[in-house]
Amino acid sequence: MKNELFVVAVVGAGVSGASIARKLSAYTCDTVVLEKECDVSFGVSKTNSGVIHGGFHYPTSLLKGRLEVLGNIMFDTLQQQLHFPFKRCGILVVAFTVEEMKTIEKLYMQGTANKIIGLEICNRERIHTIEPTLNADVVGGLHAPSGGVIEPYRYVFSLIESAKKNGVTVKTDFRVARAEKHNSHFLIHAENGERVRARFLVNAAGLYADEVSRACGAEGFHIIPRKGQEYLLDRNASGLPGKVVFPVPNPTSKGILVIPTPEGTCMVGPTAVEQEDKEDASTSQENFEKIFHSARRLIPKISERDIITCFAGLRPALSGGDFYIAESEQQPQLIQVAGIQSPGLTAAPAIGEYVKDLLKSAGLVLTERPDFDPMIDEVPRIRRLSPYEADELIRENPAYGEIVCRCESVSEAEIVAAIRRGHTTMDGIKFYTRAQMGRCQGGFCTYKIMKILQRETGMSIEQISKRGAESGLITGKVGNLTVQDVGKAAGEGKS
Amino acid sequence: MREKHCDAVVVGGGSAGLAAASRIASQGYSVTVLEREQELGGILNQCIHNGFGLQRFREDLTGPEYAERFVEAVQSHKNIEVLLDTTALEVSPGSIHSVYGYSRHEGVTKINARAIVLAMGCRERNRGNIGIPGTRPSGVFTAGLAQRLINIDGYIPGKRAVILGSGDIGLIMARRLTWVGVKVLGVIEIQAYPSGLTRNIVQCLNDFSIPLYLSHTVSDIRGRDRVSGVTVTPLEEGKANSEGKFDLECDTILLSVGLIPDNELSRKFGICLNPETGGAFVDGGLMSCVPGVFACGNVLHVHDLVDYVSEESERCASFVAEYLAGTYSSSHHPMTAGANVKYVVPNRYLPGRDNRFYLRSLIVKNKAELLISAGGEPLKRKRLAHVQPSEMVSFELSESELAGIPDPPENKLEVSIY
Amino acid sequence: MERKMVCISCPLGCRLTVRWSNEEDVTVTGNRCAKGESYAREEILAPKRVVTATVRTRAASGRRLPVKTSASLLKEHIPALLDRLYRMEVPLPVGCGDVLIEDIEGTGVDLVATRSLQGV
Repeated sequence: MKNELFVVAVVGAGVSGASIARKLSAYTCDTVVLEKECDVSFGVSKTNSGVIHGGFHYPTSLLKGRLEVLGNIMFDTLQQQLHFPFKRCGILVVAFTVEEMKTIEKLYMQGTANKIIGLEICNRERIHTIEPTLNADVVGGLHAPSGGVIEPYRYVFSLIESAKKNGVTVKTDFRVARAEKHNSHFLIHAENGERVRARFLVNAAGLYADEVSRACGAEGFHIIPRKGQEYLLDRNASGLPGKVVFPVPNPTSKGILVIPTPEGTCMVGPTAVEQEDKEDASTSQENFEKIFHSARRLIPKISERDIITCFAGLRPALSGGDFYIAESEQQPQLIQVAGIQSPGLTAAPAIGEYVKDLLKSAGLVLTERPDFDPMIDEVPRIRRLSPYEADELIRENPAYGEIVCRCESVSEAEIVAAIRRGHTTMDGIKFYTRAQMGRCQGGFCTYKIMKILQRETGMSIEQISKRGAESGLITGKVGNLTVQDVGKAAGEGKS
Repeated sequence: MREKHCDAVVVGGGSAGLAAASRIASQGYSVTVLEREQELGGILNQCIHNGFGLQRFREDLTGPEYAERFVEAVQSHKNIEVLLDTTALEVSPGSIHSVYGYSRHEGVTKINARAIVLAMGCRERNRGNIGIPGTRPSGVFTAGLAQRLINIDGYIPGKRAVILGSGDIGLIMARRLTWVGVKVLGVIEIQAYPSGLTRNIVQCLNDFSIPLYLSHTVSDIRGRDRVSGVTVTPLEEGKANSEGKFDLECDTILLSVGLIPDNELSRKFGICLNPETGGAFVDGGLMSCVPGVFACGNVLHVHDLVDYVSEESERCASFVAEYLAGTYSSSHHPMTAGANVKYVVPNRYLPGRDNRFYLRSLIVKNKAELLISAGGEPLKRKRLAHVQPSEMVSFELSESELAGIPDPPENKLEVSIY
Repeated sequence: MERKMVCISCPLGCRLTVRWSNEEDVTVTGNRCAKGESYAREEILAPKRVVTATVRTRAASGRRLPVKTSASLLKEHIPALLDRLYRMEVPLPVGCGDVLIEDIEGTGVDLVATRSLQGV
C-alpha cells in the first residue's frame, strides 16, 4: 500500500486542529488533518458554549491567558474572511455583594494588565442600564465590550473549508491507532488500516490527546473529561439578555452563564463535573434545578417553559490548569496541543499561530503560498434576507425557494451547500444550516433532509445517519416486509 | 416580485384551511390558499387509519378519505387559488395585510388581502420540550414523524420500540409499528389512566399483547450512537419512585407527548397568544386581536376530532365573510372557563345569534353536567355521558338561549363541569 | 372459559365478563345495552377488525397508497391479507374507493384505495 506523504499531520479536527490547519494552509507545506469522526467538529468543539472571552479571567503568566488575549482580537478579521456567525455583544460579570465587587476589581486589574481595551467597572445604575434584564439585586460588575459569541461548529467548518481551499487534505473516519518514526518521518496507522506519513505531527486530539500521545511514543499524561450540561432556550422567550452574563467566578469554574447566541436563542449553563468515561455525554435531571436556579439568579425571567433542548459536552481537562502546547520532549517533531479547555475557543486563532511557530522551531521550513486565499464563499442564508432579496436569489437558484426547515427558515439550497461541503450526516447538516435546531427539533424537516441527502449523495435510506457509523435512522423498508416479520412482531397476540 | 390580490389568504391547506377556504369562497369571495407541501390535506394524508368523520358524515373514514372530500370541494371552487409548495415566511400586517409566500417556482409572492385565516396546525412536543435525560442517540422519533416515514415513504424506523404517551397517536402507532414488523415493548403513560380512546387500547394494544404501563415515565435514554434502551420508572403521586424502575432494551423510542399550536407566523402579525391554549386569543367570531386576522383548527387550540376542526373552520369562515362584507359585529362579551374546565374557545360570545364553543375538561367523570351560567345564575345545562381531558366537548348557545342575558357587567358567561 | 373485556361500542365502556363452554353457550354480563352483548359475542366467536395499511405504487417518488378493508375482516384472515399487501403493486392513476382486491378470502369484504393518486 502506498503511503501518502505529507509534511504536517494534524490529529483532530476540532477548533484547535482546524485553526492550526488553516494557519498552515497559508504555507506550502503539505498538510493533512486526521479526524476520527465522520465529520469535523464532532468532538469537544461540537458542544462548546460559543463564548469569545474578554481576556480578564487569566493572567498572561499563563499560556492560556496570553493566547486568549491574542485570539480575541482576531475574530473580526476571521469573520470577514470566513462568514461564521459572530457578535461582539459584550460580557458582564455581575456581583451581588461588596465582597464580590472586590473580585470584580481583581478581574478588572487583570484585564487591564492584559491590555484589554474598553474594560470598565460598573456601579449599580450603570450595569442595569447596560443590561436591563439583570436581577435587581445585582450591585455592580465588570463590563467587557470585547467579549462576544460565535457558533463554534460554523467556525470550525469554515476553518476547514478555508484550509481545504488552500490545499489541505482532510481525512475523516481516520482514528489514529499508533505512529512510529521511520527516518525522521512519522508513519501514522489508522485503526482501519489506512496509513499516512508526515514529518511533523500535531496532537490536537481533544479528549483523546493523552491516548494519541502515548500511541505516538510521546509523553504520558491524563485527560480527564469534565462534563458540562446546557439548555437551549427559545428566541421568543422574553427577558433574554443582550450580553453574556457571568457570575463572579469561583476557583474551579467560571460558573453558570446566560449566553445569548448569534442567532437570537439563549444558552444557560454549563455545569462542570469531572468523570471517567470519555464517551458519556448523557444529561441528567439533577442538573436541571442547579442550572435554572443559577441562571434565574442572574436573569430572573429565564424560564424552563422556553426550553428547546438540553445537551452535554465534555471538556478535555489536564491537571495543571493551563494549555499544554509545546514540542514533545520525548518525541521530537511532535507538537502537543492538549488540555484545551476554556478559553480554547477564544484562543484558537492564536493557537494556530503559536503552533506554526513551534513547528518552525522544530525544523519546519515555512514558505508562504503566493496563491493563499483567506476568503471562502459566503453561502446566502434565506432567513437573513428580506423578501425582495430572497425573491432575486430564488430566481438565480430555485432551491432557495424550497423551505425545508420552517422553524429556522432554512432552504434546500443551504442543505445542498452543506452536503457539497462534506457534511453528509443529519448532525453535520444541522450544524451547517441550523435545520433541526429549532422548536420542532426535526419533526417536520427530517424526512425532507433525508430525501435531499439521498439525491445528492446516492446514499441509500439505511445509510443515512445522525452522526456516522452506527447512528442510522431507518432500518428497513415497508416494501421489503414479509408477513413473517409481522408475525414475529405481533408476538403471541390474539391474531 | 410577483404580487397578488384577493379577499382572503388562508395559510395552511390541511383540514382547517380547506374547510375555511371552501366556505369563504362559497360566499363569493376570492381566496388564496398557501400550502407548504406538494399536496393538500395536511396531516390527514398520513393518518391512514379510520375513525374520522363519524360525527360529520356518520361514516368511518380514513384520514385521506376525509381529506379528499374537502380537497375536491376546494378544487371545484373557481375563486380559490391554491399555491402548493409555498411556505409563508414573512408577513406585513396593515389595513390590507400582506403575506409573503416562498416557493422554488415563483420566488417570493406577495399576496395582499383584507382577511387572513391562520390554519397552520400544530407541531409535536418533542424530547427537548419534555427533557428526558440521558444520551442523544439516533432512534428517538416523535410519533408523527415516524407515522410520516412509514405511511408516506414506506420507511421502517427501527426494530424494537418503546412508545411514550398513550394518546391516540401513540396507540395508533403501536399497531402500525407492529404491522410493519417492529416489536413494540410497551406504551408508557404518565397519568393513571390512558388518554386515548378505549377502542384504540383494545385494537392497538390488547390485540398484540402490548403492555400499557400507567403512572410510569421514561427517565433515561441510553445508547451511544443509536438507542440501546430506556429506563422506565413508576410514578407515585407524580413523583418518580426509583425503586420500581426497570429497563427495556429497544432501538427506537416514539414520543406521543402532546401537540403545540404552531404560531410562529401568528407572532409576526403581532397577535396576542393565550398561554392556556397555545393559540391566539380570539373573539366570538374567531378573530384575533389584529383586525382581519382569524384563526381556526389546531393552530387555535389542539383538537382531537377532525370533525370539530372542520366545523370550527367553517364557522370561522362565515365570520370572515361578514368581516369582508363590513358587517362584522364589534359587540363581543366574555365567556370564561369555570369549575373543572381547562379552557373554552372562543372566550367571547356574540349576543343576538347562535354561538358554538369548544372546551376541555380537567376531570374524568361519567354522567357529568355542563353548566353555563350568566352573572352567577344558571343559563343552560347539558348532560354529558362521559368527560375526560383528552376528549374535547363542543356546545352551542342559541340566539334564544342568549336572549335573557342581563346587561353588563352581569353579562359575563361562565361554563363549568360538575 | 371466561374472559373480561371492555366494550367499545360507545364511550361508556362497560366492563364485560364473557363465559362460554362452546359456541352456543355464551353468556355476557356487565353490559348496559344490547350492543355490549353483540360486541362481546363477536369478540369471542368471530373477532373482526378493519385493516388499514399502505401498498406499493409505481410512483417514481416511491409514495405509497393508503388502503383499507371496506368492512371489518375476521382476524384470522388478517395475516393472509397482509401477505398479499406486501407483495402488491398498484398501477397509477388510482381513485379513492377503487377496489384493489375483491372479496378477501370469500368474506365479501374488499380492499379499497383510500385516496386518489395521479400517475406521478
